[in-house]
This record gives sequence, structure tokens and C-alpha cells, in this order.
Amino acid sequence: MQHSIKNETADTESLKSDGNLERVLAAGHFAVTAELGPPKSPNPEIIRGKARLLKGLADAVNVTDNQTAVVRMSSLATAILAAQEGLEPVMQMTCRDRNRLALQSDLLGGGAHGIRNVLCLSGDHQSFGNHPGAKNVHDIDSMQLTFMIKEMRDENRFQCGEEIPGGGPRFFIGAAANPFADPVDLRPLRLAKKVAAGADFIQTQPVFDSARFKKYMNRVVELRIHEKTAILAGVGPLKSSAMARYMRDRVPGMKVPEEFVARMDGAVEGIAKEDKAARRDVWRAEGIKICIEQIQRMREIEGVAGVHVMAIEWEEAVKPIIEGAGLWPRPVIGE
Amino acid sequence: MIVAEQKPLQNIKSMLKDSRKVLAVGCGSCVTVCFAGGAKELAVLSSALRLSAGAEGKALDVDEVMVQRQCENEFIEPLADNIESYDAILSLGCGVGVQTLAERYPRKKILPALDTSFMGAPTELGVWEERCIGCGNCLLHLTGGICPITRCAKQLLNGPCGGSENGTCEIDENTPCAWAAIWKQVDDLGDMDELMGVLPPKDWSTGRDGGPRRIIRDDLRPPGSDNT
Repeated sequence: MQHSIKNETADTESLKSDGNLERVLAAGHFAVTAELGPPKSPNPEIIRGKARLLKGLADAVNVTDNQTAVVRMSSLATAILAAQEGLEPVMQMTCRDRNRLALQSDLLGGGAHGIRNVLCLSGDHQSFGNHPGAKNVHDIDSMQLTFMIKEMRDENRFQCGEEIPGGGPRFFIGAAANPFADPVDLRPLRLAKKVAAGADFIQTQPVFDSARFKKYMNRVVELRIHEKTAILAGVGPLKSSAMARYMRDRVPGMKVPEEFVARMDGAVEGIAKEDKAARRDVWRAEGIKICIEQIQRMREIEGVAGVHVMAIEWEEAVKPIIEGAGLWPRPVIGE
Repeated sequence: MIVAEQKPLQNIKSMLKDSRKVLAVGCGSCVTVCFAGGAKELAVLSSALRLSAGAEGKALDVDEVMVQRQCENEFIEPLADNIESYDAILSLGCGVGVQTLAERYPRKKILPALDTSFMGAPTELGVWEERCIGCGNCLLHLTGGICPITRCAKQLLNGPCGGSENGTCEIDENTPCAWAAIWKQVDDLGDMDELMGVLPPKDWSTGRDGGPRRIIRDDLRPPGSDNT
């Protein structure tokens, strides 16, 4: 079913990585990334199952790294399994659990296994996770990690300055941005710093408040940051009224407009509370519908190069979202 | 100053369970100023231990002594006269005081009555906050006089992270976001451009990661001494 855009070949000379995500962006397509959360177990079948749900739907798939500070299979191991299933992984790396030695050694390992994308993160604080007594590392921060990976790739040098024998791993380097966190005026400037450090692409926190995101993007475009990096706006389907409220009230730096909470509430009007299955189904349908609308809004905002679909522990939702948004099939760019 | 807190009485009693005669040693420096191990706290803790032992029908003698600075040998030297008569020394000093006593009196059991918390300052009556981790390579000139190594929960050198909300840190609404404060302060000083560069990875070898640290000041050493 996948169509191939025949005459399209990326100019491989100027590409930094050998990855699909970079090719899709370089060819000028509106990119789509999704997310695959590693299991809290050593079971590879869970990853294979999720990979089957995501295959062909996204240009690359983020593999999270002990997200929310809860122990899971490592992002490197999961990314390798996902790649074996035909996905192009974006290996997420946080600075919370590994120092510069461990990060670089995993980058070499990822490079050896054909991982072509990496996302640099500070990492959620360990107090939110299942080992709140853990010691955090933060030897380097996400911006320094970004620069370190760029130096490994472009200068063939380890962080210490030593040469990498035979050349460094060639990653397409990503970084995260939260357009809604305080201090708000500062966020575009901090984005500029990340891009200066070497971020080839940016994935934002889920955007629910489009008006506020548009303001942020206006400033980003004014500063011409979007010309130096590919900005993928985060979107994610709401699962229920409770989730909408939780994200509105409890998640730091998340702005969920009342309109969406009201729509989720309205969706289950007239359905008895006891009929849990029916409520779940209409909630999910409404969540997917809102997410599709959000993608359309993102496409209209100047400087947005793609979307990052975060359907956390709900990989089944990605297909209807991508199809509903008219973003399927995904382009196949020849090498 | 070094800020400390007294351990729960139960923990201190548990450390003393095999002791009959104890010397409790207060300290007149930092821990006096932060009301953890000064003359008053020494008297109160000693009384509490005596009363508790009495109520439980145990024999426990607790003598009290204050020294001006537990972290310097010349101040703890006078304890040598009587120290043999005690089977445990309960230090109300910081961790440095406890270890200085332990080094000077290696045959005695030296027990900590305090948990040494941090280097900090009082910010309100009864409130102390951490200000310095002693990283050995100060960068306060770059960050508006606010230390991100100490005051950012993630020790970011290029913050703030995405969890900063209304000037507070995501880990706790009572913890100010160090980086929100840094940007504001640097902006107020008109030096915003200074924050636009990316601060490089820090060399932690001057901090605790380089192993226990030592400072040698040649100008203060006696002539002919070994300065290695």
C-alpha cells in the first residue's frame, strides 16, 4: 500500500545521517514521528507487537528512555528490537541516569546497530518515578549532550577531545522543547540555544493550546530558528475526561484549554456511568478526533515541519490519527 | 555556614544502647548558629537522654562539654584529660567535627548526634536553604550570583528545563526554579547576551568526584615542610 515517490532522491551528500527521518524532511515533506514505550519487562514480544501497530505509519518512532523516571527496558535495546521490526527508531537519551562515558558508549553502540536518530533530554526528575531514592547523574545537560553528539559526528571527537578511530556515529540529532513552560518569553531563546548546540530537529511537548503555540512559533519564525532546524509539533490523543483534567491540572508546563475538557465531558453525555465500555469507546473516538483537528491546526502554523504523535501506551490510536489527518501513506525516499 | 539537624532521639538512644558513660560534645560554630548542636541543644539533648534512660530503668551518665570548634585539633585537645573515662563520645558537631574527634581519639567510639545537611544560609526565621555544594570551580559570575549546581534539581548548566512553572520547580512548589531566577537576575542586570551561549560540560574533578579534596597553601606552610 505504501507509495513510493519515484523521482525523489535525497541529496545524500548534504545529509548528516543515513536516516529516513532526515531524508523525508530534506525532501520537504511534512514529517510524522510516533512513540514506542519500552516495557517494564525483558519481553521482546511486547516491543514486536507495538512495532507491528506502528510500522509504515511514521517516518521514525521515538523509543523512550526510562520515561517518568520509571525503570523500563533500555532505549538502546528497545531501539535495536524496533529496528529489526522495520521501524526507524529515535533513541531517546536522558542525562539523569548516565554520565558522559556511558552516554558516549551507548551512542557508539547505537551507531553500530544502525540507529540513526537520537533525542537529547534532561530526563524527568527521579522523585516522580518508582525509585525516588535514586541518585541522579546530570553530569552533562541536554544541551551539552546535543553538542557532544554533534562533535562526535562532525568532528569525529569524543567529548574529551580524543579522536574517534575510524570516525564517529552519524546521528540526526533531536532535542525537546516545551513552548508552554515558564518563563514563556524565554522559550524561543532557549530553543535557539539548542539549535546552536546542534539540534537538527525539535519535538515539542503535546500542544493543546494552539493559540499559545502559534504565538510561540511566531517568535521562533521571527528569530528564523525554523530555518536551521525542523520543528515537529507534539500532539497526543486524550483518552478520557479524567486524563484531560489530569493534564490540565497536574502536568507541569501543560496547558489544556477548557474547550477540550468540555468536549470530552460532552462525548459521554447520556451514557450511563456503569456502561464503562461504551464510555471508553466514545471518549477514545473523541480524543482521536480532537488530535486529528490539532494536526490540521499545526500544519497551518508557519515554521512547523511535522508532527510528533504521542499516543502513550495507546499505539493503536496512531493509525486512525495519521490516516484521519491525511498523512498516510508515508513517503518513501530513495537513497 | 554548615547546616545540620539533630537526629531523632530514638536513633541516638539506639546508638548508645551499650554505653553507660557518655560525653556529649557541643560545638560553638556553625551548628550553634543553626540551633542544632550549640550549648542549649547540648543541654536539652543530654537531659532528654538521662530522663529517657531513667524512665527505662537504665544506668546512663551523660556529661556535657562545649568546644568552640570541633573541626580543629587545638580546640578538642583539652578533651584528652578525661576522655578515657567515657565509653562513648556523642558529637553534636557536623560531620567534620565527628571525624576530627575520631581521628584525634581513635580508640573511642565517636557517635554523630546530628545529620549534617548542607552549606547554606537562613532565609527566614527558622528556615535554612542550601546555597553551595563546594564544587571547587565557582561559576556564579556567569549565573547572576545564583548557583544552578546547588539550586537546580537537575544541576542544569543551560536551564531552565520544561518543568519550570510560575518560577517554581516541578519537584516541589516550594522550591524556586533556579534558572527562572538566573534569567531574571541576569536580564535585570542587562547582561542577557551572556546567557545566549551554551555553557560547556563542567569539569567535576574539582568537586567530590575527584575524590576527597585537599588544599595546600604554600604561603601558610612552615618552612621546610613537605608540601606534597
